[in-house]
Amino acid sequence: MAVHKYLGLETEFGIVHRGAAEPNPIAASSLLINAYLDSIARGATGRDDPRIDWDFESETPGNDARDAPAPESSPPKVETHLVNTVLGNGARYYVDHAHPELSTPECADARSVVVWDAAAVVIAQRSMAAARALLADGEELVVYKNNSDGKGNSYGCHENYLIARSVPFYRIVDHGTAHFVTRQIFTGSGKLGSEIPGVDVDYQLTQRADFFEAEVGLETTLKRPIINTRDEPHSDSTKYRRLHVICADANCSEVATLLKVGTTALVLAMVEDAQPLPDVHFTAPVAAMRAVSLDMDLARPLVCTDGSTVTALEVQADFLACAERYVAAGGSGCVGGDEIAQLVLDHWRAVLTGLESDPMSLADRLDWVAKYRLVDAYRTRHGLDWADPRLSAIALQYHDLRPGRSLAARAGLVRISNDDEVAWAVDHPPEDTRAWFRGTCLTRYPDAVVAANWDSMVFDVGEPPLRRVPMMEPGRGTRAQVGALVDRSATARDLIANLGS
Amino acid sequence: MAEREQKHRTPNANRVTGDAPTEADSGTRSESGEKIKSELDDLLDEIDDVLEENAEEFVKSYVQKGGE
Repeated sequence: MAVHKYLGLETEFGIVHRGAAEPNPIAASSLLINAYLDSIARGATGRDDPRIDWDFESETPGNDARDAPAPESSPPKVETHLVNTVLGNGARYYVDHAHPELSTPECADARSVVVWDAAAVVIAQRSMAAARALLADGEELVVYKNNSDGKGNSYGCHENYLIARSVPFYRIVDHGTAHFVTRQIFTGSGKLGSEIPGVDVDYQLTQRADFFEAEVGLETTLKRPIINTRDEPHSDSTKYRRLHVICADANCSEVATLLKVGTTALVLAMVEDAQPLPDVHFTAPVAAMRAVSLDMDLARPLVCTDGSTVTALEVQADFLACAERYVAAGGSGCVGGDEIAQLVLDHWRAVLTGLESDPMSLADRLDWVAKYRLVDAYRTRHGLDWADPRLSAIALQYHDLRPGRSLAARAGLVRISNDDEVAWAVDHPPEDTRAWFRGTCLTRYPDAVVAANWDSMVFDVGEPPLRRVPMMEPGRGTRAQVGALVDRSATARDLIANLGS
Repeated sequence: MAEREQKHRTPNANRVTGDAPTEADSGTRSESGEKIKSELDDLLDEIDDVLEENAEEFVKSYVQKGGE
């Protein structure tokens, strides 16, 4: 049985400082996050300073999942001096390079990812409102949930999945590549034009495909690979890997987010359980990734190493059929149970059926379709050329997170989450992962938490030494497991004593 | 792209594209098709209200360096 597919998203947001004479994205990102932290300090928590330092003790982004990494690999630098904090819902909120970034807490299923991803948007909205109160009249910070500035600069929405270390990495490369190249037909957020010089297209399915140049590699900022080999499990490294997936778009549509992570969790579970999977090996995966993104008719034949050709839709239909058999045979446990698995399968099936018969019927479910519908209808109404800047403005403003300006929020997108659970998720962690312990301790013992990261927390119990509580199992520290223990621990000192007893 | 637009103007597929209906299919559109078209028209009106005022400058100044 595959290990439980604990999963989460890291979203880098675009940021604009409107009205600033000399905008600086790093300063703007810091201001955005600090304004939010100050606003919650004034709120219910009553904490003087809500900044809990991120603990870089276990950060090793340079480790490579391959035994012998390519010599030209250049691991990313870890920046430790910018604002970098942990929130009461278990998320990490920080400045990454020149962007605000929010990593969801570890979730136990795809639907939870949708809820905490929606909470991340609410946090970004509250951050914008808090920053506006600090800025001069006429100035404003605006946050965008997209992945490209249209000028050749891209920033990511990365996914993370727990997998067993015993799975041979080449099998993840094999099946992961087939899935990542073809799932773009529902994960794409849509883009006007291409950022590759010489590629002439009005509209393509994804924001990210233009930026991928390698099949497998460690990089995330240059020569981006379809399969990223960063081997930094943030858990027991003898048992687990964390597959760090960098190739998809950030989604405004909740259905697209559900499918992006839900289908991938199922595919990885099937790889781990050695289930039958589509035997698809593209002769040129990078070219195939771009071809799928550029093909709004979803009919482009992709050449395989055995000489055959397939379309992205056909490959996805095969993955779906395999997943249906896997779930029917009892495989849903590791992706969050039957109800979640059926939710993912139902949307997967409906979306593939819609893409096959009439893609535009999915304007309420897929970002690339919703955005295309808006842009194309506006173009038609006003008789505009595809290069008209008003169309580019619409495409950009689709991702604007200000409720008064967001076009995605006006596109009639189907919801998976509901407002009540999202409001709750802004301040509360998922109850069924170790994020529950992290978030709850931050809220319950705010003055005693010195630092935190994904796999440990450091407490000051009032006398030396500082106590580090390791959290090497993503499924340990749930409310069911330690809720009673936390309840009877009035202080962090009690907590440490009770954990040790 | 021209081929695609052509495809969406077939009676079967035009119900949510927002493409102007052709004379040939205007009499056969369903009520739900009318409703979706009307909602899209409202949405296009709303876009005019909320769209950034100077689109060209807005798009030009949207630069996001450094990431991931």
